[in-house]
Amino acid sequence: MSDKPEKTEKTDKSERTERLSVFKTYKLYVGGKFPRSESGRVYEVTDAKGKWLANAPQSSRKDARDAVVAARKAFGAWSGATAYNRGQILYRIAEMLEGRRDQYVREVGEAEGLSRSKAAAQVDAAIDRWVWYAGWTDKIAQVVGGGNPVAGPFFNLSSPEPTGVVAVLAPQESSFLGLVSVVAPVVATGNTAVVIASEKAPLPALSLGEVLATSDLPGGVVNILSGRTAEIAAPLAAHQDVNAIDLAGADEVLAKELEIAAADNLKRVLRPQPVDDWTAAPGTERMTAFLETKTVWHPTGSLGASGSSY
Amino acid sequence: MAPVFDYAPAPESRSVVDIAPSYGLFIDGEFTEAAGGKVFKTVSPSSEEVLSEVAEASEEDVDRAVRAARKAFEKWSALPGSERAKYLFRIARIIQERSRELAVLETLDNGKPIRETRDADLPLVAAHFFYYAGWADKLEHAGYGANPRPLGVAGQVIPWNFPLLMLAWKIAPALATGNTVVLKPAETTPLSALFFADICRQAGLPKGVVNIVTGDGRAGAALVAHPDVNKVAFTGSTAVGKEIARTVAGTRKKLTLELGGKGANIVFDDAPIDQAVEGIVNGIFFNQGQVCCAGSRLLVQESIHDELLDSLKRRLSTLRLGDPLDKNTDIGAINSAEQLARITALAEQGEAEGAERWSPACELPESGYWFAPTLFTNVTQAHTIARDEIFGPVLSVLTFRTPDEAVAKANNTPYGLSAGIWTEKGSRILAVAIKLRAGVIWSNTFNKFDPTSPFGGYKESGFGREGGRHGLEAYLDV
Repeated sequence: MSDKPEKTEKTDKSERTERLSVFKTYKLYVGGKFPRSESGRVYEVTDAKGKWLANAPQSSRKDARDAVVAARKAFGAWSGATAYNRGQILYRIAEMLEGRRDQYVREVGEAEGLSRSKAAAQVDAAIDRWVWYAGWTDKIAQVVGGGNPVAGPFFNLSSPEPTGVVAVLAPQESSFLGLVSVVAPVVATGNTAVVIASEKAPLPALSLGEVLATSDLPGGVVNILSGRTAEIAAPLAAHQDVNAIDLAGADEVLAKELEIAAADNLKRVLRPQPVDDWTAAPGTERMTAFLETKTVWHPTGSLGASGSSY
Repeated sequence: MAPVFDYAPAPESRSVVDIAPSYGLFIDGEFTEAAGGKVFKTVSPSSEEVLSEVAEASEEDVDRAVRAARKAFEKWSALPGSERAKYLFRIARIIQERSRELAVLETLDNGKPIRETRDADLPLVAAHFFYYAGWADKLEHAGYGANPRPLGVAGQVIPWNFPLLMLAWKIAPALATGNTVVLKPAETTPLSALFFADICRQAGLPKGVVNIVTGDGRAGAALVAHPDVNKVAFTGSTAVGKEIARTVAGTRKKLTLELGGKGANIVFDDAPIDQAVEGIVNGIFFNQGQVCCAGSRLLVQESIHDELLDSLKRRLSTLRLGDPLDKNTDIGAINSAEQLARITALAEQGEAEGAERWSPACELPESGYWFAPTLFTNVTQAHTIARDEIFGPVLSVLTFRTPDEAVAKANNTPYGLSAGIWTEKGSRILAVAIKLRAGVIWSNTFNKFDPTSPFGGYKESGFGREGGRHGLEAYLDV
């Protein structure tokens, strides 16, 4: 594709009118589809200088509940997929992002008021982060699981398993790298996620849905909502079919409120932690926060003339 | 038994692979002639057709390759792990993209059925690179300390039975941990390694990180003995493995060896017979039995011996031997005339020592190297065919009465690579597995491989593990 007009049209510069660009309607990403908010509401999203960028969907409680249904429906197949398969898909997301790098550099630059080179650094780090977690899918069990030498004739093995549906409040400041840094570890291990995008800078997150939809990621594994964080988070924190919640994007007051609501069904809660630099290498904590440990016992029996004793 | 179906030929197309008439050594990112200009031919074992001419590396060439690897080591090992990871992910992806081409190539050069190269070798090769790619930037999580360091230049010598898979097992962990490599593929199967060199080029891998020197045992010996090699990894025969262990004695070279085996496949009286038969067939006839972890000794509980043997023989009668490129072929060609002679001699010795030989009616093609699936009954532990690794489609059947006897017989070998256990009883599986002196135990399955799962032997089957988190240790200074 070329931006240059064909030579024949170039006869008179004054006659040329600048081509009017086509705006994108930003939509939610739920269950692999791109719905508008069921409420019909939108809110104005501006760049760092206050210039209008788009009208983003303002999700309702019902949108949040629909997203949980989609995430739950996707959980069985996603958590049951081989770790290798999940790794391949996460790597595919990195490949797809790399191909649309320029788009995200622009969106992140506008959203966060960053220079082109600083925005590019954020996007590159986000792409590499998918690669990092792609590599973790089939290794985390070898790092946090293992055989246990119990004092008896038993085979005893502990393995990590995903906890289920995780509600994720994406960081408010880092609209893309921060978002990827909290979503990727949740789904790498087999959880499914309902993600609330940065309230004031939701556009990079909503665009991520377009990449996820074309990366072999099954619909419903990641669901992305935009709107007022507090409004969407409340029903998620209280939802009985949500297993865990990452409060990265909540302030202190909201975090406490949500943690109290989450106690109702004993959700696993990851409290907001100060992150100065999202480009720093992550550890394993964001994965282990949303893992259960399952330990399996089996008698080893004993040999004897009559065979095993059990 | 008359066949129920006639199979029409279903050959995989050769047009997907383009083999050049000659290949050089891959040193420092370039294909070059051997210093002495020597070449050797590589043939297709199923037809004896010459596929290509390949440079024969001399000691001088090996030295040049080690120097290139040494030169590349400084920058490669200093790269952030995340960047090394991305090179390896690229390689994994290109292998996936070119997997049909590589599968056909491997079948042509090795003689194994396309069904195996397509469905086993190539997917495992790509998966292995994918797996170790992910470790490159996570080494501090692997349990070897906060900042585990690479060793330096790895000299790697691999066999002909799984040419590209053994390459992957060697190169992927070495590169992930920051080493550079000089790899010598087997004399009879050099082509897929040379195609891999081209994949390194496509992936933009820095020059000298991977060097491929083709040649015979002398090139391998020169590589192993080279004073500037920090790590030696060898897969092959126990005899050569011992020779290498002597060569590196007194040096600081780290050594891992993956050698021969005489795996016991133990079938208890409560085993599901049909599944066990499939496992036995897979265990000894996969890749024509040219597998170090093959289940070459079948240990059957006496009470089900006759029933199991009947089923096994019936199943063997349905195996299809022939054109390895045919998608319906189960048994391909033996890799070389030399290997065929060895299998033939050992089978004759089995007969001479009094074991009872049986093969299904099986027509062997006129050209190429072929050996019919064969089983021996009335085998005792003293028989040569129960002790020596045959590395061919020959199964020795022994019996036992009690689990203790099964374990004693299974362990009665200098080897200790693999074993199989067939029983419905979980506790018996575990009780037997604990007693077996072998590195890989398959229960109610056989010949399963995965990049996340460590593989390697006890006793004279070698030491060190390949695959999994454990496989990193072989290439780290720990």
